[in-house]
Amino acid sequence: MATAITVEGLSKRYRLGQYRAAYGTLRDSIALAARRATQRHREHHDDPELWALKDVSFDVAEGDVVGVIGRNGAGKSTLLKILTRITTPTTGRAEIRGRVGSLLEVGTGFHPELTGRENIFLNGSILGMKRREIGLKLPEIIDFAGVEKFIDTPVKRYSSGMYVRLAFSVAAHLEPEILLVDEVLAVGDSEFQRRCLGRMEDIGASGRTVLFVSHNMQAMTQLCDRVILLDGGQVVEDGESSEVVAHYLQSGLGTGSNRTWPDVATAPGDDLVKLRSVRIVDEHGKQVDAADVRQRVGVEVGFRVLRDGEPVFPKLKVLDRQGAVAFNVMDTGERWRKPSVPGDYVSTAWIPGNLLNEGLTAVDVSICSLGSPKLFPHAAERYAVAFHVQDPGLGDSSRGEYQGQWTGAVRPLLEWTVERG
Amino acid sequence: MIGAPEGSTLVPEASTRVTVIRPASRWPRLDIRELWHYRELLGTFVWRDIKVRYKQTSVGVAWALLVPVFTAVVYIVVFGKFAKFPRGNLKYPVVVVSGLLPMTYFISSLTGSAASVVSNGPLVTKVYFPRVLLPIAAVIVPAVDFLLGMTVLVGVMAIYSSWPTGPIALLAPAFLLLAVVAALGLGLFLSALNVRYRDVAYAIPVFLQVLPLLSGVMFVLDHIPQKWQWVLSVNPMTAVISGWRWTLLGGATPDPARTAIGVAVAVLLFFGGLAYFRSTEPRFADTI
Repeated sequence: MATAITVEGLSKRYRLGQYRAAYGTLRDSIALAARRATQRHREHHDDPELWALKDVSFDVAEGDVVGVIGRNGAGKSTLLKILTRITTPTTGRAEIRGRVGSLLEVGTGFHPELTGRENIFLNGSILGMKRREIGLKLPEIIDFAGVEKFIDTPVKRYSSGMYVRLAFSVAAHLEPEILLVDEVLAVGDSEFQRRCLGRMEDIGASGRTVLFVSHNMQAMTQLCDRVILLDGGQVVEDGESSEVVAHYLQSGLGTGSNRTWPDVATAPGDDLVKLRSVRIVDEHGKQVDAADVRQRVGVEVGFRVLRDGEPVFPKLKVLDRQGAVAFNVMDTGERWRKPSVPGDYVSTAWIPGNLLNEGLTAVDVSICSLGSPKLFPHAAERYAVAFHVQDPGLGDSSRGEYQGQWTGAVRPLLEWTVERG
Repeated sequence: MIGAPEGSTLVPEASTRVTVIRPASRWPRLDIRELWHYRELLGTFVWRDIKVRYKQTSVGVAWALLVPVFTAVVYIVVFGKFAKFPRGNLKYPVVVVSGLLPMTYFISSLTGSAASVVSNGPLVTKVYFPRVLLPIAAVIVPAVDFLLGMTVLVGVMAIYSSWPTGPIALLAPAFLLLAVVAALGLGLFLSALNVRYRDVAYAIPVFLQVLPLLSGVMFVLDHIPQKWQWVLSVNPMTAVISGWRWTLLGGATPDPARTAIGVAVAVLLFFGGLAYFRSTEPRFADTI
C-alpha cells in the first residue's frame, strides 16, 4: 500500500533564549545582547537549547489510523505542528501525499461579532474548504450542530455548549485525505467527547489516513491500529496500539506517583530553581500509589535553589479524574517571603483526609515567584504525579454505606445539624 | 477523493498533492502558485474584516464619509483660513480633500497590516496558510473606505469645478498603487517585527501623527523651500499626493526626479519588507 506520510530524521530545536526575547521588549533584547557581549565565555550557559524533537522517523500507510502518545513535553505537539506546517523543523524532512486537513483545535478563527452562518464560512475556509463546498454542506453542518434557531445570531451570544457544537460541526465536515488531529477530544463535556470519538471512528473507517495525538488512552486503543510512543522527543516504541498503550501505562512514562529528575541540567526549571523530585507519601512519609480517602496524603516536592534570588515557593494544582482543576494551593508560609538561599529543599503539602473524591488524582507542580499580575513559574511540571484515592467502604467516609457512583471533585465529610419541628 | 479504491494510488498520480516539509531555507522566496491556491482565504480575511468593521455601529458605513468630511472641515478652517497654508493654483478645500483620502488610506493600511499577524495570533499558532495573506488583506480592507471617500472628493471637485485637464487623469490609479506598495512594504516589515517586539504597536501612532505634515496633505509642496522639497520626497506619500493633485485636479506637475525618489523608496520598502517577513515567518508560531 502507498505511504501517505513519510517522516525522516525530523528534529526541532528551541533555544530557550528565544523564548525569553519573545515575551520581552526591544529594551530587554538590547540588555540581553549587551550582557552576552560582555560575558562571551558564558554564552553557552546563557542560551540553553531544548530538542523538542530529535531524529524522529516513521511512515504511515494510506488509510491507517495512527496514534501518537507520550507525556507532556515528549514532543507530540511539536511533531504535529511541524506536520501541519505551523512551524518548521530544524533538520530532517517529511512528505505528505494527499490533501491535508489539520485540526489543532475546534473553532479556529471564530469571530465573536459574526453570526453562526458567517463563522461557518470563515472557519471552514480557514480549515481549507472551498466556499462552494461549504455552501453545499451548510444545511448539514447547521443540522449537526443543532443551532438552526440561532444561526443568524452573533456567536458572542451563544452559550459555550452551542459554540463548541457549532465549531465541532464545521470540523467534522472537513473531508481531507489525510487528517492530523490534536487533543480535540480533550475539550467539552463527556457527551461531546463521545460524539467526537464517534466521528473519528467514521473518518477512520472511511479509509482516510489519520494521525491522532491524545492523552485519552481509551480512545487510542479504540480508534488506532498503531500507536507511536514518544519520550524526550524520540520514538521509544512504535507498534500495535494496545501493546504500546499497555507498555506506556506500566512503565514510568505514564504518570506515576513518584517522579525524580536525577540530572539537574535537564530537570524542569530555570537558572534560579530546578525540580528534583515529586512523590506521593502517606502519613509516615512512605511513598504510595494509592491513598485511603479518610487519611491525609502528602505531596512531597523536592527542589534545588541554584543561586540567591527572589523569594520562591511551591505551588500545586490538583486535578480530578476528569482532568478538571479541583483546587490550587501554594505555601504562603513566612519562610517563603524571604529571598531564596541556594540549597536543596523538600516541601510537603498535606491534603487532609475526606477531601478528595475517589479515583485518579493528578497534580501539576510548580515553583513560583510572586509576579504581577500573575505568578511566575520558575520550574513547572504538568501531571507531575498521579495517585489513586480509594475508599475501603467501611461506612465511615462521606458515602456511608452507599456503594454507587459518587460525583464531584471533592467529597468532604460535613457536619449536619437537624431539627425536628 | 474520499473512498478512492485502495491501492489505486500505487502509481503516483499527477493530481495527488505532495507537501514537502523541510527546514526553513536561508533565502526565502515568495511562492506565487501557493498564494494563488490560497486566494479564496485571502478573500475570506478581507470579507471578515469588512464585516466586522462596522458591526454594532448605528450609522455603519456612513463613518467612511463622516471621518474625511470632519477632518477636512477642521483642516480647512485651521490651516486654510487661520494659517493660510500654500495652495498653489488650486482651491484650498480641494487641496485638503485630495491629500486626505490617500493619506487616510495609507494610515489605515499601515496600522492594520502592522498589527495583522499579532492580532491573528490564535490562527497563526493553529493553522497553516501563507502568512503574507494577513498584511495583504489588511491593505485591501481600507480600500473600501477609500472608494466611499472618493464621493466626497468628487463632490468637492464639483463645487469648485476643479476637473482633470484631460487623459492625464488615467495616471491617478498609478499613484494610488504607489501608496498600496509603500503601505504593504512597510506593513510587511512592521507586522513581522511586531511578532517579536510589541514596541512597534506603540511607535506607529507617533509616526503616523507627523506623517501628514511630512507628506503635504494640508499644503502644496512647490511653495516650500527647495531644500525641504527634496527631504520630503524621500517619503513616498509625498509623491502620491502631489501626483494625485497633478493628475486629477490640474495641479502643478511634480518634479520627475523627486517622484522617482518616492517610487524607488516604495519599491525598496516593498522588497525589503517582504524579505524580512519571509525570513522571520518560520518562527512566527514559536515567538508570537
